[in-house]
Amino acid sequence: MTATPVEAKKRRRKGKYFRGLSPLSYGILLFIAFASFFPFYWMFVVASNGQDVIARVPPAIKPGHNFINEYHAVLEVVPFGRTMLNTVVIALIIAFAQVFFSAMAGFAFAKLSFPGRKFLVVFVVATMMLPSQLGLVPLFMMMDKFNWIDNFKALIVPAIVTAFGVFWMRQVIDAQVPNELLEAAKIDGAGVMRMFRSIIVPVILPSAFVLGLFSFLATWNDYLWPLLILNSPEHYTVQVALTQLNTQAYGIDYNIVMAGSFMATAPLVLLFVFVGRRLVAGVMDGAVKG
Amino acid sequence: MTSTSAVDVDRSKRGRHQRERVKIKSDHPNAKKQKYDKAESRWAFLFISPFYVIFLIFGLAPIIFSVAVSFFNWNPLEEQQTFIGLQNFKDLVIDPIFWISVRNTFSIWFFSTIPQMFMAIGIASILRSPKLRGRVFWQTMLLLPNITSAIAIAVVFGQMFGRDFGIINILLSHINRGPVDWIENTLPSHIAIATMITWRWVGYNSLIFLASMNAISKDLYESADLDGASRFQQFRYVTLPQLKNTITFMVIVGTIGGLQVFAEPATLGGSYDGGTSNQFSTLTLYLFKQVAVNGTYGYAAAIGIGITVLVVIISAINFFITRRISGEGSK
Repeated sequence: MTATPVEAKKRRRKGKYFRGLSPLSYGILLFIAFASFFPFYWMFVVASNGQDVIARVPPAIKPGHNFINEYHAVLEVVPFGRTMLNTVVIALIIAFAQVFFSAMAGFAFAKLSFPGRKFLVVFVVATMMLPSQLGLVPLFMMMDKFNWIDNFKALIVPAIVTAFGVFWMRQVIDAQVPNELLEAAKIDGAGVMRMFRSIIVPVILPSAFVLGLFSFLATWNDYLWPLLILNSPEHYTVQVALTQLNTQAYGIDYNIVMAGSFMATAPLVLLFVFVGRRLVAGVMDGAVKG
Repeated sequence: MTSTSAVDVDRSKRGRHQRERVKIKSDHPNAKKQKYDKAESRWAFLFISPFYVIFLIFGLAPIIFSVAVSFFNWNPLEEQQTFIGLQNFKDLVIDPIFWISVRNTFSIWFFSTIPQMFMAIGIASILRSPKLRGRVFWQTMLLLPNITSAIAIAVVFGQMFGRDFGIINILLSHINRGPVDWIENTLPSHIAIATMITWRWVGYNSLIFLASMNAISKDLYESADLDGASRFQQFRYVTLPQLKNTITFMVIVGTIGGLQVFAEPATLGGSYDGGTSNQFSTLTLYLFKQVAVNGTYGYAAAIGIGITVLVVIISAINFFITRRISGEGSK
């Protein structure tokens, strides 16, 4: 209030809204970062301490030495290595298929002109609103008819292209590929296929990688459908194995369940260390703005 | 003098925006009637067809078929299925567990969506400050919970919420509260499940809010500053109205996600009952139980249709509420 007019003007130009950050703000962020990480840490604490240490007040808050034993106990209940392999194979196939089909459809929706385009885009978005439980029962019966029960095909084929992926790719291609580039290519006599290969693919490769990651993570973490489809332990995905561990050992041994959870989660956290930044950028790119 | 130059800047900016808009319009293939390039259209249809083929077979066909199944007493073990008309729906409206599941689903949805929205907007407001240090680190930590499986998280939270040896009750005992039975009691169990969902999604939603806040023009804040608006007023009258679409989008996604809550209650209870007295049974859990445990497919299909009806009703309510709020906010 006592500031000279010049100073006041200066302050005004900077704007009240973007003033410096208070220690409280950093405190909040620190708490959230801690809360984000704590459950992972806790998984390992419980998994690596014996039953007696956990059921004690106050409980152990540091990792123990028992993890190897729990690890072997998990392997006795479910073939964990096998389920891990199953999950990686399924998730990779779906990720590649989704990126491929979504990029093609996204290209068509973003840059090609054809009758009914607007309606067909809206249709893609509208399908995202349908609750997936609605078709669950008949889809399961259909898989029965196809003889796809307990078969990876039942997980892979319905997931090779999703509305989310198509729409996401449409947004990305729309924003990242300049029309001038395509126009120039057209004038030079490039066909649609050529444009896709030589212009779209190189430009969107980083975003395609992010979509692939999202898809991979979604498949890795999917549980409801695999739980319904897969019956034999050698076909289990990681999440189904985890559910089995939980129902078989529930109330008896938290250490085993937590060891299994840790084993199912650690690879993703490790992956996240390397790709976390790109995932953050991907989430923000895909956000609905304004 | 300063004021005129500000106006000039404003005008030139507006001019550029307009030009851009015009250009985009003329680029848009549907802007004017035009002849479609036949070869291009053919390629386009080829490119988009995989999605529609997959959707028709694995998305639309099952939905249509589910309506048919819901009219049958469908038993997977029998050859012939008996048509029972609306009996499944009649059973459904008087099924107490169905209504308990409806109540639980909404209660969990409320506790997981509403506080989370406030938290996410708050976190995004902190993250958008240009003076923030370590931005990438904070953003990455925020997204970390989102990559993990709901089951693993439900396992660890279930342990943390344990009655006797859970860390949360031990912490509560330090402030002379509890112990709370987070699993046997209805409301605490909903809060426990909502906590898992919030933990998993709040960072993700903060990033979405951050992205849409970053898209708000700085000019709006500058002019609000010139008008002497306080920091809170700027938030209330500039930021919040601009986030309208994001909030709507999030409520819709949150509702659809909320109706699909499954892993958390399934893991917390270790069965598909949702606790000993169904105190945290959700709609999807109940549907799943009909398929996997009871084998009553017709009834499960009827529950699926019930869920869809609820989605439609909520979306309609949501649509009207946001329309009213936005009508108020923009005027």
